[in-house]
Amino acid sequence: MAQRQLVIVDGNEAAASIAHRASEVIAIYPITPSTPMGELSDEWSAAGRKNLWGTVPDVVEMQSEGGVAGAVHGALQAGALATTFTASQGLLLMIPNLYKIAGELTPFCMHVTARTLATHALSIFGDHSDVMACRQTGFAMLCSGSVQEAHDLALVAHAATLRSRVPFLHFFDGFRTSHELAKIELLEDDDLRALLDERLIAEHRRRALSPDHPVLRGTAQNPDVFFQAREAANRWHAAAPGIVQQAMDDLALRTGREYRLFDYVGHPEAERVIVAMGSGAEVAHEAVDWLNARGHKTGLIKVRLYRPFDINAFAAALPKSVRRIAVLDRTKEPGAVGEPLYQDVLAALSEVELTDKQVIGGRYGLSSKEFTPAMVVGVFDELSKPKPLKHFTVGIVDDVTRLSISYDTELDIESGEVVRCLFYGLGADGTVGANKNSIKIIGDETAQYAQGYFAYDSKKSGAVTTSHLRFGPRPLRSSYLIKHASFIGCHQFGFLDKLAVLDNAAPGAVFLLNAPYGKDEVWDHLPIEVQQQIIDKQLRFHVIDALKVANATGMKGRINTVMQTCFFAISGVLPREQAIAAIKKGIQKSYGRKGEAVVQRNFDAVDQTIANLFQVEVPQAATSKRRMPPIVSDAAPDFVKRVTAVMLADHGDRLPVSAFPPDGTWPTATTQWEKRNIATEIPVWDSALCIQCNKCAMVCPHAAIRAKVFAPVALAGAPAGFKSVEYKGNEWKGDQYSLQVAPEDCTGCTLCVAVCPAKDKSNPQHKAINMRPQLALRDGERVNYDFFLRLPEADRTKVHLDVKNAQFLQPLFEYSGACAGCGETPYIKLLTQLFGDRALIANATGCSSIFGGNLPSTPYCVDDNGRGPAWSNSLFEDNAEFGLGYRLSIDKHSAHAREILQKLAGVLPGDLVRELLAGDQATETGIAAQRQRVLQLRLELSKLQGDEPRRLLELADYLVKKSVWIVGGDGWAYDIGYGGLDHVLSLGRKVNILVLDTEVYSNTGGQASKSTPLGASARFAVAGKSRPKKDLGMLAMTYGNVYVARVAFGAKDAQTIKAFQEAESFPGTSIIIAYSHCIAHGYDLAGGLDQQKLAVETGYWPLYRYDPRRAEKGEAPFKLDSNAPKGELGNFMHNEMRFRVVEQATPERYGALLAQAKANITERFLLYAQLEKPEAGK
Amino acid sequence: MNLKTTYLGFELDSPLMPGASPLADTLAGARQLEDAGAPAIVLRSLFEEQITREENNLYSLLEHDDAYAEANSFFPQASEFVLGPDRYLEHVRRLKEALRVPVIASLNGISLSGWLHYARLIEQAGADALELNVYYLAADPDESSFMVEKRTLELVRSVKHEVAIPVAVKLSPFFSALPHFARQLEEAGAGALILFNRFYQPDIDPELLEAAPTLRLSDPSELLLRLRWLSVLFGNARIPLAASGGVHNALHAIKAVMAGASAVQLVSVLLQRGPAYLKTVREEMAGWMTEHGYESLAQMRGSMSLARCPDPTAFSRANYMRMLQSWRPHPPIGGPTERTAD
Repeated sequence: MAQRQLVIVDGNEAAASIAHRASEVIAIYPITPSTPMGELSDEWSAAGRKNLWGTVPDVVEMQSEGGVAGAVHGALQAGALATTFTASQGLLLMIPNLYKIAGELTPFCMHVTARTLATHALSIFGDHSDVMACRQTGFAMLCSGSVQEAHDLALVAHAATLRSRVPFLHFFDGFRTSHELAKIELLEDDDLRALLDERLIAEHRRRALSPDHPVLRGTAQNPDVFFQAREAANRWHAAAPGIVQQAMDDLALRTGREYRLFDYVGHPEAERVIVAMGSGAEVAHEAVDWLNARGHKTGLIKVRLYRPFDINAFAAALPKSVRRIAVLDRTKEPGAVGEPLYQDVLAALSEVELTDKQVIGGRYGLSSKEFTPAMVVGVFDELSKPKPLKHFTVGIVDDVTRLSISYDTELDIESGEVVRCLFYGLGADGTVGANKNSIKIIGDETAQYAQGYFAYDSKKSGAVTTSHLRFGPRPLRSSYLIKHASFIGCHQFGFLDKLAVLDNAAPGAVFLLNAPYGKDEVWDHLPIEVQQQIIDKQLRFHVIDALKVANATGMKGRINTVMQTCFFAISGVLPREQAIAAIKKGIQKSYGRKGEAVVQRNFDAVDQTIANLFQVEVPQAATSKRRMPPIVSDAAPDFVKRVTAVMLADHGDRLPVSAFPPDGTWPTATTQWEKRNIATEIPVWDSALCIQCNKCAMVCPHAAIRAKVFAPVALAGAPAGFKSVEYKGNEWKGDQYSLQVAPEDCTGCTLCVAVCPAKDKSNPQHKAINMRPQLALRDGERVNYDFFLRLPEADRTKVHLDVKNAQFLQPLFEYSGACAGCGETPYIKLLTQLFGDRALIANATGCSSIFGGNLPSTPYCVDDNGRGPAWSNSLFEDNAEFGLGYRLSIDKHSAHAREILQKLAGVLPGDLVRELLAGDQATETGIAAQRQRVLQLRLELSKLQGDEPRRLLELADYLVKKSVWIVGGDGWAYDIGYGGLDHVLSLGRKVNILVLDTEVYSNTGGQASKSTPLGASARFAVAGKSRPKKDLGMLAMTYGNVYVARVAFGAKDAQTIKAFQEAESFPGTSIIIAYSHCIAHGYDLAGGLDQQKLAVETGYWPLYRYDPRRAEKGEAPFKLDSNAPKGELGNFMHNEMRFRVVEQATPERYGALLAQAKANITERFLLYAQLEKPEAGK
Repeated sequence: MNLKTTYLGFELDSPLMPGASPLADTLAGARQLEDAGAPAIVLRSLFEEQITREENNLYSLLEHDDAYAEANSFFPQASEFVLGPDRYLEHVRRLKEALRVPVIASLNGISLSGWLHYARLIEQAGADALELNVYYLAADPDESSFMVEKRTLELVRSVKHEVAIPVAVKLSPFFSALPHFARQLEEAGAGALILFNRFYQPDIDPELLEAAPTLRLSDPSELLLRLRWLSVLFGNARIPLAASGGVHNALHAIKAVMAGASAVQLVSVLLQRGPAYLKTVREEMAGWMTEHGYESLAQMRGSMSLARCPDPTAFSRANYMRMLQSWRPHPPIGGPTERTAD
């Protein structure tokens, strides 16, 4: 058997490697966790990589998965070999076409990273709920449980679809397999050719639609024939299992790796057997081997071909000795007799008349919930019980319906020959990247098998990463997190106060700590809990001041190389010299193209590491005076203490079912309890210099710098360090003004300092706010901030809504997990300041739904009256419709309330009714008055009996106007949700649409959308987009009765505020397209505001407001708010990596694109000039 | 007319060459210059700051790699990006393939650090020579003039240590003892001296309290400073001198050669009038020389240097005193007709 190349790849790359080589047309759309397969395909094709037959596959990004399914269906009908990749909601959107493709017996293979479907909540993680929703489509379903299988069975699927004409859905577990790095044997082109029969490809092409031999498909059939015609395909489906087995056998002949439709492993005379599929089956395999080695008779059936379900093959795989079977499903089907695999097994046993077996069904691993050998052992234990639970769950504690089974949480069955390493790092410190590198080094330099899995928290700034690395002499099946690590690396000293870093250390493990202390001082700085664990577990404790080494070698705070070197120096997985040489080779490979200096600096860091790495002598006793601080303040609400805090401590797995609301409802205003302390520097106010413009508060993405005006008496009891000065200006004459930073919530992005216009006249470097180290300020400013929060909020009815005064309104969106310097959140924050106390927000899936609603904590919050934005996320594609639905309900409720009010006019005070019906709510004063009237109404109603007064009590709040906001990114507004958005625009109902335009799909890693500008490189448009951005504003204007604004808060904040007010006050539909700088643009976001200014100045992002109300006055509705373009567009573009990569890769092409972009701007401004003419209003 | 000259070891047909500028940023631009008779092409400088900025940029982008479950990075194949410095090398390679005349690359920087490796990479990319622009604003009161000179010399030595190709040093005019320093530069391995780089002088925005960047093209008044120092250095320095800054026509070039320049670099005027203007200057220079009975450039070079000038007092303190004491409104250099020609 030929020796093949061993490579370290993840499951996505393993599958995509086959798909790209075996396809001609690839349609893609980003969705986690399948996105990398599309990205790789796009990059390979952009780089000219050819398929098996010598041509480069054509990769096209569509506007949604629904679009992808249509495109591949068409491509298949026209005779191409097509593929696609998706997951979760994306897969659901493809279902209509899956029926078609299967119904037409079309060879087609798609690859799915099985992911949770959104139900009570969205989850990006893995389970089988998406693929199970496709089991009825007629697609064959083939499941892989490991990275090697994702590679092998991808080929089997491509081969079998050609042979059987039944389309295939090849799937593997999202994240657990799709993102796990493993050493696999790479199939060669000849392997693929051997399995993919060219004659069958020719037959597929012959069946293609062609005017040269025309046929017709997609007929409409009637009761007379549809049924029979539907049955005509039976033979093909029936033959598919045999064909799959043949393809598996063909692969085995070439590789030696044997697969069966149902692979049995375990004792030949097993009495207890588990049936499972996916990565969970690998875990079960490990547990079965361990149990049987200890004298048990257990077994496992790994389901590979789930559809068509071959009952005979299943029965054949099952040892005759089996008495009891536990079927494990990684999905939930409420209301069903049992989960799908369970039902299939029961039906199969019944059909083959093996009715003497007792079968139970269990759910495990939803949303990538850990599934461990200990749980498998627990399932076998359950099977041994006299009366096992017929339906159970494993891996959670269900204290409500008592369905969960118990297991020994401490059981460790992993072999001692496996090195297990666990690293805690920050997203920004490069820990994961370095670990990926280490796996490659060990994989390449040794015969060891390697496995890497990386877990991230859900923050986009200051995110914690954990890396789980295993190395061992045999292939690794342990697809679960490391619980008993022989090496623990803690790359940030601060984690010791927040996370139980050493809980997962095995006795005698090596503990590497990055600390700003030397080997003699570090011990005393540890919390006592950490000291005790080090002593109890007899850990070998090493310390390095990695930041010092990194800074000394010009690495500017990047500690990854230093920590990687430490790992190799003390873990002993490789001889030290060999490891260092390999690290350097890796550095050369990673950074060689970035310049010699970068390489040299990394080399220096490697060289200086060893001299700075020390073993710490561990004392006999824990002596620290410091304990780990509580996760949240004692002042936090009960729910936050009982639930949120547990999740924040990374112990969410321990929460029982009873801790949770059953319907996904979650309290708002909980980010305030999560003091993240991620900024190294925070702004400090110089009250003497400050001109009180409040621009800093306006641009702050995290609401971490705030301004208040208040009566001087409120200063009673102020902490000594609290700063306030007399208010400058007439509005609040005599009041005090204070500008206060939230020291523990600030991310240190520096946007506030960048925007500050007040400079010291003799030293303009010094502004009215300046960044200073946080640690020294933390305690004092915490007290100040607490006091500041208790100061009274401004009276909304008295706040004049300009840039300055709007910042006296309380932000009802605070301390989100958005990126430091985020360009989206300032708009959302402003929205909540202006309208938050009466806002309902519909949020499309994307960055804004993640930082807006990803647990553990929630950033939308409430004012002193308990009012604040009510927020929900439905889906990605339906957000406009979802928000419209809010409006329909509100209007109905409001109308109904008014109807009842009119009916009750006789029994209620006449003035009250009249005013409630006619009260002007155009201003905050009007709204406040109406709220008062509603209070009075409630009082009056409580005196009345009957259905109508009761109903009116329920609906009374709807007499106060509500503000509906439909919020989402450009991926939603321009692409996947555009159809719905367009329809909502056409209806003219009173909803406000806010498009946070980053010009890419930011959340999934910067894929091109129709908003991506000409000349920009993005994922799925690597070479640079050759067509201009879609003009969404212009499209909206064509309706004539929609308010449209284009804004950029960093360029003209006053125009932004005006647009928000006009949009909200406009009686019909409004849309605001908001320029949002983003990390996907490729520059340090500290410069985000300058870039916004340049964008507007150069005409790249014109500002305007189109207000149909102006037409009523005979004016042009369109008003351009930015000046004619000046300055070089090229300068704006050159600052951003997204453009510069195109410039560098293809300078001539870039020149042409730039020229075209300039010409487009000129044309656009000519058009705007036309629109501004008064006759345009007529 | 024999305009031949020797500069940086190259036998050139003419002393008139484009200076470091964006003129040769594209292959087409470089070809136009060659067609207009440029005897060598000098490329725009690769700045130390460019090199380090790209590195810093890289670090800020890397912060978002592998930091979030839904996106391993935000750019396609980040490791494959060609950063600015490497593109420069690629450009050198392409020009070398396409041009017949020597290609002189240019490095602009001052610190003794990693970026100096680029000198070697530039050589490897095929550059025939290197201009080292040591533009530096001495703003540190703890740094003496001796230290500034010492560091510059070390820089030249370091670059010479990296490369075998000739290295010209482009100086700023702000050295207190230029002849002595020039000699040391020569000893440190400089193959030519270029007088001078243009001092970048940002304006001030009094409203915003910000420095306002300005980019001003040279004008002929700047030539005088060059003429004076060329004339002082000529004869003292064994290595060739080049004039850079303020040369806008043939007469200016002739003056520069008379003061001692072996090469004359033009930038602003070529940016204003296009590369073909180089040919005009060359023709006019040859015409003037024929008209005035010169046989070769060599005959003219250094004729008005301090050592050979018929009236050396014109450069001396005595003349300075006379000029100041007899001040009257004076037309700028070349006279008003010349300015309109500009």
